[in-house]
Amino acid sequence: MAAARLLLRSAALKASLSDVSAGVQSSTAGGSLLRLSPSCSLRLKTQKRHATHFTFYPDPVPTNYGPTTKMNLFQSITSALDNTLASDPTAVIFGEDVAFGGVFRCTVGLRDKYGKDRVFNTPLCEQGIVGFGIGVAVAGATAIAEIQFADYIFPAFDQIVNEAAKYRYRSGNHFDCGKMTIRAPWGCVGHGSLYHSQSPEAFFAHSAGLKVVVPRGPVQAKGLLLSCIADENPCIFFEPKILYRAAVEQVPTDAYHIPLSQADIVQEGSDLTMVAWGTQVHVLREVANMAQDKLGLSCEVIDLQTILPWDKETVCKSVVKTGRLLISHEAPVTGGFAAEITTAVQEECFLNLEAPITRVSNDQLLESGNDELITDVVATLVD
Amino acid sequence: MLPFISVALRGAAKNKVSVAVLSSRSYASFTPQATFDIKPCEVHRLDQGPPTQAVLTREEGLKYYRTMQIMRRMELKADQLYKQKIIRGFCHLYDGQEACAMGIEAAINLTDHLITAYRAHGYTYTRGVSVKEILAELTGRRGGVAKGKGGSMHMYAKNFYGGNGIVGAQVPLGAGVALACKYQGNNQVCVALYGDGAANQGQIFETYNMAALWKLPCIFICENNKYGMGTAVERAAASTDYYKRGEFIPGLRVDGMDVLCVREATKFAADHCRSGKGPILMELQTYRYHGHSMSDPGISYRTREEIQEVRSKSDPITMLKDRLINNNMASVEEIKEIDVDVRKEVEEAAQFATSDPEPPLEELCNHIYYNEPPIPVRGTNPWAKLRSSS
Ligand SMILES: Cc1ncc(C[n+]2csc(CCOP(=O)(O)OP(=O)(O)O)c2C)c(N)n1
Ligand SMILES: [Mg+2]
Repeated sequence: MAAARLLLRSAALKASLSDVSAGVQSSTAGGSLLRLSPSCSLRLKTQKRHATHFTFYPDPVPTNYGPTTKMNLFQSITSALDNTLASDPTAVIFGEDVAFGGVFRCTVGLRDKYGKDRVFNTPLCEQGIVGFGIGVAVAGATAIAEIQFADYIFPAFDQIVNEAAKYRYRSGNHFDCGKMTIRAPWGCVGHGSLYHSQSPEAFFAHSAGLKVVVPRGPVQAKGLLLSCIADENPCIFFEPKILYRAAVEQVPTDAYHIPLSQADIVQEGSDLTMVAWGTQVHVLREVANMAQDKLGLSCEVIDLQTILPWDKETVCKSVVKTGRLLISHEAPVTGGFAAEITTAVQEECFLNLEAPITRVSNDQLLESGNDELITDVVATLVD
Repeated sequence: MLPFISVALRGAAKNKVSVAVLSSRSYASFTPQATFDIKPCEVHRLDQGPPTQAVLTREEGLKYYRTMQIMRRMELKADQLYKQKIIRGFCHLYDGQEACAMGIEAAINLTDHLITAYRAHGYTYTRGVSVKEILAELTGRRGGVAKGKGGSMHMYAKNFYGGNGIVGAQVPLGAGVALACKYQGNNQVCVALYGDGAANQGQIFETYNMAALWKLPCIFICENNKYGMGTAVERAAASTDYYKRGEFIPGLRVDGMDVLCVREATKFAADHCRSGKGPILMELQTYRYHGHSMSDPGISYRTREEIQEVRSKSDPITMLKDRLINNNMASVEEIKEIDVDVRKEVEEAAQFATSDPEPPLEELCNHIYYNEPPIPVRGTNPWAKLRSSS
């Protein structure tokens, strides 16, 4: 829908105006979960159950990193951690219940394989976990801390923002905690409610010195996590928890690295650039297909992958080509990372833009405990 | 206290049948009250602990029994509704720990204040919310206590500040509420509850310090159910003497499976606070029968035998029932009547919770801010005219 609005204003519109609105209407019928079209007000009296819907688009099987096995997202994380523990004798993994595999099973089997002094449970104390991790890292070991949910990272906010991010700068490069990586399950999962659904990447994007990364699937997750662990800066690695089981790909069993701060063009196109990260990449790929089918539009879909420092060049180059940009994220729109991208792109590409940049997100507290309401809202993200 | 008693007695008043049964055996033949020896508390920084005997009247006994049985049945119903996918999301059940909520409430007033973590269904009930409103909140319906928008962790009532999902976060709030009580000079206390896992959070220690420094009328209560999620207390705590972890705050270790122990200890603690001596800490040794939440079968980090052992040897409800019957304070038939009545109340509440409509979409954004008139809220597309009012 937002894509349609963007294109309505465009001079280079391929479809006629009536075609566009026809497209909008037919997308309602076309199996998308459109709930809030202009004609369909919120005053729907009959409430139906809507399944949260997105289609996972698996990556092609990687050919340049050796043999692959079928893995879901949590298994690809385990595989990355396994490679790290095997190759780096200083690496340790800690967090709430990680010795037992963690609530999302990402560390299953690692304690048994590498010992309880390398994979261990911490008490329930996030501020302590991250502060401790900084200490472990500054002394030269590879610290991989798990925060059980991204929603529980806030007790550690001070340690991350004031201590970890600034250690190198404030010590004039005498000390740093670059060997620390914080992993946390992130984003909407459906019925997660207030404290199990948040996407807090924008809070951390405001803190120079950190790197913030969100993968879209198993192959990316492993390569990016290994890059975070190897990176000489403290990294926060947010894992889309809805994909842990839902996303399955052929993942290389050996270690490999996917570069940080490099966006990935997952689909090339010429009419509109669409940027997302994590789960939303798949939503936009579906939207891109719909736009192609219904409106005859060619969309370029970019997975940003690293939120901080982000790959401005790839995004701007694409916008120079298409003249239009749509950014979508699960986090609230106000102060969301799309705002930063929007500003940067209009600074760089003002004369290339053919329509205002559009952000697709919302300002609601998405995390209502009511499953029905949530799915309605999430559904609108595929409009 | 009145509304609480009325909650507890609600069924009894309706229950004409049981009165009829009772009349076949005259009241006079029951022992109206009895004195029980209870397990002495271990104490920290106290010359004297709570009494080691407790007086229980027949009336109190029946009331406690009914209330605990409601909590138990309500949780079992929630379990069932969850398995039928009618309740979704995160859901933490309280069965096994009923003597804690009942004993605490029996020792304080409803004008006193209480705040707990996410394992909140039992306290929501003892604080005066009906089973109907609790179950309807769990199913996300309009008639739920948080209008169907909160779900399991988010339940509130007068002087009950929730239901809090972030582990440990509720404890400083409790101390703040206690400060307000002290400032207003109303002789009220605040009970701040947390788990053994939460006891390791930094905020708890910050709060101990503030509460002791300012002599706040705050009862810190650690419900030690032996596990924080899958982690046994010994694996997470350098000292599992939770009642001593306030260091400079006096503490009690209490048998949390015995409603009378909890009641006597809480009375003692409330007196301590009301007399201006500042905060006190209680560790209630208890047990949860269910797993941590609905996704945890609860048997990977403890044995079935362990659970069975607690169930058969120290179940709080059975313990109270045996006391009542063995001491001729109630008859087996009478207890059965209560059970039937409780089942009926829970069943009716479940009916309501599954048939009440969901909240309308118009209410999705309400209560984001306090505002008048309603403010527009940006939806996911420009045509979604969402509004918030409060
Ligand atoms: C800050 C924070 N970290 C982690 C969690 C996840 N979590 C929820 S409950 C829980 C265990 C708490 O155990 P305990 O305090 O003993 O309470 P119990 O569940 O036994 O009642 C954990 C780790 C959370 N909700 N908030
Ligand atoms: Mg516990």
